[in-house]
Amino acid sequence: MSKKRKLKVSMGDQTLRLLTLLMAISVLVLMVWMGWQMFDAARPSIQKFGLGFIIGRVWDPVKEQFGALPFIYGTLVTSLLALLLAAPIGLGVAIFLNEMATSKFRVVVGFFVEMLAAIPSVVYGLWGIFVLAPWLRETVEPGLAKWLGFIPLFQGTPIGFGMLAGGLILAVMILPTIAAISREVMAAVPDMQREAALALGATKWEMIRVAVLPYAKSGIMGGIMLGLGRALGETMAVTMVIGNRPDILLSLFSPAYSMAAVIANEFTEATYDLYLSALVEIGLILFGITLLLNFFARILVWSVARGPKGGNLV
Amino acid sequence: MNDYLRKYRNWMMLGVFIAATIIALIPLFGVLGYVLKNGLSALNLQFFINLPKAMGMPGGGMANAIVGTLIMVIIASLIGIPIGILAAIYLTEYDRHSWLSTAVRFATDVLTGIPSIIVGIVIYTALVLKMGNFSALAGGLSLAIIMIPLIIRSTEEMLKLVAHSIREAGYALGISKGKTILRIVLPTAAKGIITGAMLAVARVAGETAPLLFTALGNQYWARSLNEPIASLPVQIFQYATSPYKEWHQLAWAGSLVLISIVIILNLVARFAFRSRSI
Repeated sequence: MSKKRKLKVSMGDQTLRLLTLLMAISVLVLMVWMGWQMFDAARPSIQKFGLGFIIGRVWDPVKEQFGALPFIYGTLVTSLLALLLAAPIGLGVAIFLNEMATSKFRVVVGFFVEMLAAIPSVVYGLWGIFVLAPWLRETVEPGLAKWLGFIPLFQGTPIGFGMLAGGLILAVMILPTIAAISREVMAAVPDMQREAALALGATKWEMIRVAVLPYAKSGIMGGIMLGLGRALGETMAVTMVIGNRPDILLSLFSPAYSMAAVIANEFTEATYDLYLSALVEIGLILFGITLLLNFFARILVWSVARGPKGGNLV
Repeated sequence: MNDYLRKYRNWMMLGVFIAATIIALIPLFGVLGYVLKNGLSALNLQFFINLPKAMGMPGGGMANAIVGTLIMVIIASLIGIPIGILAAIYLTEYDRHSWLSTAVRFATDVLTGIPSIIVGIVIYTALVLKMGNFSALAGGLSLAIIMIPLIIRSTEEMLKLVAHSIREAGYALGISKGKTILRIVLPTAAKGIITGAMLAVARVAGETAPLLFTALGNQYWARSLNEPIASLPVQIFQYATSPYKEWHQLAWAGSLVLISIVIILNLVARFAFRSRSI
């Protein structure tokens, strides 16, 4: 082998290594850059309103008044409602797929659940407008008002479009996330744990309760937090069914607004800089919250499955 | 006696899990059923070859939106797939355990959880405002940013499955590390990498939020990549929220096309390209 050729090969090696390193670093840069870019664009609004932005209840672009509380409220209520519905069901699906289903069932049902995540958000929104909202208006909301009307959450005119619709559609959309992560961490529970429980005479449910769930607990929590993160930032489907009114009302039937929805609806109509800046600040808050949620959720999930090391060379 | 109670509770809980699974699948079939029913009746040849007609006029189509989605997905793939694969190579082949890799892996996971509308805001303030116009390029770039972490994750998983003995065989023959990666490791994992790329494409093809203020939308054909361009999801959104019955039908037809693309990509990726033993 001549010297020249050896040099050429190692040059190519160096280039590839550098190139891949550069791309890997670009992910870190991308994350920091996104945060900085938004902070920079939101600065006029941050300087003008300060903390008042978060607790302000009036959103009136004509009078240059910007308070984000109605959007924060709508986002939180719909997301928590979604979590309340999707967490137990998603966990149930994960247990069914991981502990009960035969392998054929697992493939088919698992594929269906993944399809639930694959349906584009805008299609959920379309379905929400023409199927879910009318159903809520005519059947569900009158029924809830009749039987549970003494609770303030279920009072008021049934409109269909509102926080209930938003919460329900979000529940459908985050269910696959919760199910998938719960499944992943439950699959990471060593079979020895299960066998030990069974050998002691536990029934299947007792085995799940004493051997699987405690082991996977923090990972499942992480999955639920990831689901929450997805619900907070979900845009299209919520925009289409939440009613888009910046009010803070207790009833789940009443129309509301979410942070992502106001950005989607008003961003291209923001006629002056401060208006745009206020919308970006809402985005920045959303970015901050989801970043933190994902950060802690990943730590929880990583503590059970996958791990930060990226596996050993076998 | 106590045993009966335990058995009874066992069957009850197992029943609860089965019920949860059934409840979870109801919306899937609900959505698919309605899209199929309403979409099929509105879908015809005109839909694929016509431009949108004026408000409330019958006979319009979404040809420009279908092509627009295609163009932006291609732009996104051209940017996102190489970056994602290269970064994943770094994480598996060069540096599995350092703090840098851990940080990159962590950032990747976190980025997948950032709402897609955030990407739209960032590209708007960084690119659209500076350039002065909405464009297919800005739209494609936003989709690329959403793709990158997905590609990194799936590629990394696949590269980790490649047995180390295969790499050692390469080194033993005196092949350089770079060549081993490009000629031996990547081809071995190719199927899985393609699967991951197809799933990422399926995911971004349905994205609406990041396109709203990057690609904007267009009632006509875009004449260059530097112009606002229509896309299937944005068009569906605009039609669904309009007051016209004709447009609602087009929205259902558009949803049927979009869902078909997404599901076919998923099916092909999962079943045609799936290989458990690399």
